[in-house]
Amino acid sequence: MKQPSLAHVLQPKWRTALQRLREERARGGSGKLIILIIVGGAFWAGVFGVLYLILRNLRKVEELGPLIPGKILGLILLSFISILVLSNVITALSSFFLAKDLDLLVSAPVDWLRLYLAKLGETLLHSSWMVALMAVPILAAYGVVYKGGVLFALYATLAIVPMLGSAVTLVLVNIFPARRTRDLLSIIALGAAGGVILLFRVIRPEQLARPEGFRNLLDFLILLRGPTSPFLPSEWASQAVMGYLQHTIDPLPLMLLWSTAAAFVTLGAVLHRALYPQGFTKAQEGAERFIRGGLWRWTVGSLLGWLPVAKREFVLKDIKLFFRDTTQWSQLILLAVLVVVYLFNIQALPLHRGEPVGFFYVNLVSFLNLGLAGFVLASIAARFIFPAVSLEGRQMWLLRSSPLDLRALLWSKYWVGTVPLLALGVLLTGMTNALLEVSTFMMLMSLATMAALTLAIAAMALAFGTLYPQFETENAAQIPTSFGGLVFMMATIALLAGVIVSLWQAVYAYVRAVYEGRPVVIDAWMFLWFGVAAALCTAATIVPLRLALKKMETFEF
Amino acid sequence: MIRLENLTKLYGSFVAVDDISLHVPRGVLYGCLGPNGAGKTTTLRMIAGILRPTQGRVLLGGDDVHANPLPAKMRLGFIPDRPFVYDKLTGAEFLRFVAGLYGQEGDVVGRRIAELLEVFELTSWKDELVEAYSHGMRQKLIISSALIHRPECIVVDEPMVGLDPRAARLLKDIFRQFVNRGGTVLMSTHTLEVAEAMCDQIAILQHGKIVAAGTVSDVRRQHQAGDASLEELFLKLTGGAQVRELAEVLGR
Repeated sequence: MKQPSLAHVLQPKWRTALQRLREERARGGSGKLIILIIVGGAFWAGVFGVLYLILRNLRKVEELGPLIPGKILGLILLSFISILVLSNVITALSSFFLAKDLDLLVSAPVDWLRLYLAKLGETLLHSSWMVALMAVPILAAYGVVYKGGVLFALYATLAIVPMLGSAVTLVLVNIFPARRTRDLLSIIALGAAGGVILLFRVIRPEQLARPEGFRNLLDFLILLRGPTSPFLPSEWASQAVMGYLQHTIDPLPLMLLWSTAAAFVTLGAVLHRALYPQGFTKAQEGAERFIRGGLWRWTVGSLLGWLPVAKREFVLKDIKLFFRDTTQWSQLILLAVLVVVYLFNIQALPLHRGEPVGFFYVNLVSFLNLGLAGFVLASIAARFIFPAVSLEGRQMWLLRSSPLDLRALLWSKYWVGTVPLLALGVLLTGMTNALLEVSTFMMLMSLATMAALTLAIAAMALAFGTLYPQFETENAAQIPTSFGGLVFMMATIALLAGVIVSLWQAVYAYVRAVYEGRPVVIDAWMFLWFGVAAALCTAATIVPLRLALKKMETFEF
Repeated sequence: MIRLENLTKLYGSFVAVDDISLHVPRGVLYGCLGPNGAGKTTTLRMIAGILRPTQGRVLLGGDDVHANPLPAKMRLGFIPDRPFVYDKLTGAEFLRFVAGLYGQEGDVVGRRIAELLEVFELTSWKDELVEAYSHGMRQKLIISSALIHRPECIVVDEPMVGLDPRAARLLKDIFRQFVNRGGTVLMSTHTLEVAEAMCDQIAILQHGKIVAAGTVSDVRRQHQAGDASLEELFLKLTGGAQVRELAEVLGR
């Protein structure tokens, strides 16, 4: 029998994508597209500009100059590969085991290799497009600073593509097909969490941040020259790119990259052939579980007794769904690791080395920490709050046909996400500031800012999730990596930048007064900038929620 | 009880529902028939407040579903054609959640849940997650959820899909008793035997318009169909009589 071509097997996917584009254009989406292109372009320009400045200045530094850009690229690619591993596993799980088109494909006489390659391509595309987009301004900055020329673009693609490819951990997915998918996910989450800790220990970032801890410059240089993680594809890609830029081309890293990618794909194919039918069968089995959900009703339900019944039932329902869905709660493990690593890095900073320079750095770090913690909170909001409305999609018939006020729905979703985020944000800021031993002024200012930022970030996550809903998704963990998720992250970064720049005016006045030994006076100037920051956060809370409500009223099912 | 006034729905330039006006009085079981794509589901979803009409309005007990949704929706129980429910809730939890959406709480809800689960033979499944339910069981759970707040009217899209004969019979009895007690049911169906046996009045939709309405005898009279069965009448009105020869379609 003649087998259908790969393009034919994938036809429904690309036709759907094209149709979505057409529908968006028919709805008058070109204005929205132009805004997105402008915002995206500004974001690219920002990333390019910052990296360009850093690299240009580093090039001027003797000895260290040629080494540190390589390390930075290595770290960037390492973070890319961590993201890729996680998103590939999550995407592979849904496209190989949970996708709606699998019943049709598996029951049709399509051979195993076509099914494997079609699903592999789909997984790659879905999980890697965002990272690929982010890599463009970064590689462009390297190319421009080192005068890589037009051919550099081609070479960089050659070096980066197999890195994206080899991150496909289908091998992992195929090793455990006999387990139920939900259990598999928690194993993967734990494994990934362990992996992140391991990576951070392996590269010892605190060593790089404290060069004076080395006996002499030579030790530092030796550390910089050695590969940080010699067995990771990100290191090979970094070596390949830097080798080209510094005109010391070594074919080995490129060969390692391509051969590893090919080996992973082949190994995945072998395992797929042997284990997929059994794994697919197991994935169909429903998780039958006998549940007496009294615990939540007694605890959270009693605490929320003061709420109107519709809101209370909504909050209770959301909490139950979250903790019964492994794809959702298992992400908490990663979150915990992220927080530990974050605090660990703050603690490892070489501060408190003599006054008054120490005082200045402590306040600077505490202040910049607001931006970093805000970014961490934004990533968490993207994971947990952004998908909230999309997850209601299939049940929207019930919510819309009942007398539930949409404001109550939005209210419940907002506070279910915001309360834990607020607790985490305040805890993270309080603990880092305690570790840094900052003054009461900085502590109070940071906590108040963090609280206001959290309220705004949660509102933006919910609103962008409503403006760019993913009602047809097969896996909740995939929703944040959608286009809307990217727009949300860019908007949040813009908000963080606005708040930080405004507050800097006030904080700088404070630091200068202390530095010069003058009494700290909270004057009109400080009030003005605190006011600007507060206004930004308030607007970023109220406007998105209003837009979300309006959008929700137009939802049709 | 249910009144549609010049109801129209456009999807882009496609007219799904074309200027429909209809009155379903209290105490009537009304059937909405029509071929696939005739606009039945769109009409029902507009009545339930899930879709916004492009033009016209829907009144439930005098309240406009879109202008004054809360009192209108309090009167309504909606049963969709596809039983999507929260997979990670148990059957009993789902029913309590729905009761909460209608502002109901306390022991009275517990008793009502037990009563409905008993009627639909789901009592032994009440603490199981919905993800373990079969299609028919989900359908029964959704029907229970539509009845939990004691609605005045029920709007139901293809009620018999996925139900075993026993559950289908139970549902027919429930709807008949509901109507006998003054309730109103508006249902869409493809099963003409069901419509003929159950419905007091019918409307036949074709290309988004009502092409015939009234009792089955009224419709026969209007279209001079004599003693024709509802199936023959349906095919005559919807153009289905031009079905190609079976042998030609099946080949061989």
